[in-house]
Amino acid sequence: MTEGAKPQGLFEAGVREYREKGYYDPAYNPKDTDILCAFRVTPSAGVPAEEAAAAVAAESSTGTWTTVWSDLLTNLDRYQARCYHLERVPGEEQQHMAYIAYPLDLFEEGSMGNLTSSIVGNVFGFKALRGLRLEDMRIPVAYLKTFQGPPHGIQVERDLLNKYGRPILGATMKPKLGLSAKNYGRVVYESLRGGLDFTKDDENINSQPFMRWRDRFRFVMEAVRKAEAETGERKGHYLNVTAATMEDTYERAEFAKELGSPIIMIDFLTAGFTAHTSLSKWCRANGVLLHCHRAMHAVIDRQKAHGIHWRVLAKWCRMIGGDHVHNGTVVGKLEGDRTTTIAINDLLREDFIPRDPARGIHFDQEWASLAGMFPVASGGIHVWHIPDLVAIFGDDSVLQFGGGTLGHPWGNAAGATANRVALEAVVQARNEGRNIVAEGPDILLKAASHSPELRTAMDLWKDIKFEFEGVDTLDPVARKP
Amino acid sequence: MKTETFSYLPPMTAAQVVSQIEYIFREKLIPAIEYTDRLAADKSYWSMWKLPLFGAEKPKDVLAEIEACKTQNPGCYIKVVGYDSIRQGQVLSFVVHRPDQSTA
Repeated sequence: MTEGAKPQGLFEAGVREYREKGYYDPAYNPKDTDILCAFRVTPSAGVPAEEAAAAVAAESSTGTWTTVWSDLLTNLDRYQARCYHLERVPGEEQQHMAYIAYPLDLFEEGSMGNLTSSIVGNVFGFKALRGLRLEDMRIPVAYLKTFQGPPHGIQVERDLLNKYGRPILGATMKPKLGLSAKNYGRVVYESLRGGLDFTKDDENINSQPFMRWRDRFRFVMEAVRKAEAETGERKGHYLNVTAATMEDTYERAEFAKELGSPIIMIDFLTAGFTAHTSLSKWCRANGVLLHCHRAMHAVIDRQKAHGIHWRVLAKWCRMIGGDHVHNGTVVGKLEGDRTTTIAINDLLREDFIPRDPARGIHFDQEWASLAGMFPVASGGIHVWHIPDLVAIFGDDSVLQFGGGTLGHPWGNAAGATANRVALEAVVQARNEGRNIVAEGPDILLKAASHSPELRTAMDLWKDIKFEFEGVDTLDPVARKP
Repeated sequence: MKTETFSYLPPMTAAQVVSQIEYIFREKLIPAIEYTDRLAADKSYWSMWKLPLFGAEKPKDVLAEIEACKTQNPGCYIKVVGYDSIRQGQVLSFVVHRPDQSTA
């Protein structure tokens, strides 16, 4: 290299603090097209909060640890993310909430893989941070419109299934593993003929040696048809098409469609965002509803100081599309407090959800007519919970009782009838203007007087509650942006 | 054969039907009446009894139409439907008369 080829003072090699490079900019005014994130940041010892927040913005967008000469070949100002607001989390010594804006051009249209590789990529392992949690994300309309969203949505599903004015009733088939295909179909038939709308494969029912997928699909669909013919109502079973490869997944989806199944199912997190997006588009193109299970979510979302809040994963699910997704139950066996769960129901179903930090919602979110999804309440719920569940979830939900159907002393047809009678009695009472939570036990007892199935279920599960303290809690005081 | 929402409960009394129709008005839905002489799970459409009752203001307006529909279509199932023009769809439906039961 000759003397004259050296850059003349423009490129200064070395390591500079992120906050000096524009990644922390309290004067920045986010644009309508920016993707906004709220991160709960716990800096490592000796790292100032501003530097930690700037590091998050840098490492999840254009920055790296040292300056490089080729920085000068682009306009970083156009691409860099910026922490535009930072505040201490009330009641937490170490934690700050960092609000970061990302320019739209950083992301590929319609690609959840790209969005997540950027925003929740390497930065979560950054040593300067002890913990990092993505609490909320505002997806601008400009970006949202590059996603399909739910293949059908709530209204189309209601019309297809002829279910109006009440929550949809379902059950997961048990035991979750080990039944033969014919015996499994029997459990489906009994549940549906008793009064359920849907039955469901469990998340880990795929195509194991004890029950191969094609055999399951055949027997299950025979069960669905028989229950429909006997009851005069439309029924379905979520056939889980999650498989080792996309080729296998499509093969199973095609066969489900060929058999006339109205709905299929996928484990949207373990399958992966790209696989899920492909299947969601297949569902729109083929007129098949899509049920999304969230297996693995608690690994990602349960710890308050690190990971991704479920509300964000739920929003991503609505973007890449499904017609149902599991949410907490509040009253059942799984994590999820009342306020947070109701707020996430809103994020899944409504077209506009206003910012409300007391509910954990950090940004206004406009959905620009992307269809809504049914939240699914599932996990440790039984007839006594129905008044609370109807109050919490409203009509546009799927209430799913696994043990709470199949564990009935007279079998699952009776268990299904008990749940259906209880649900209809509670909806009828609500429509009459009664307070279904306060009067819940009375409403159920009265309904049980004409339903021995319900009476028996109520006796069995009378004292079963799941009252443990949650791990993932809302912050005590409302924050300002 | 079942007929979807509320078909797992005993037939509604006249007063219970009125309560459900009041709910339709409270929710600002448009009431409508449909009837059929044959239940079939795979059919989305029943016959409309007149147009949806855009002008109905009180439960008695709807009840009068249910009675008229019953008189003119003996042996038919009759249901009340609620439309939501904001949501652009049907959101509510329940059978108020079955030929095999004496109800309201």
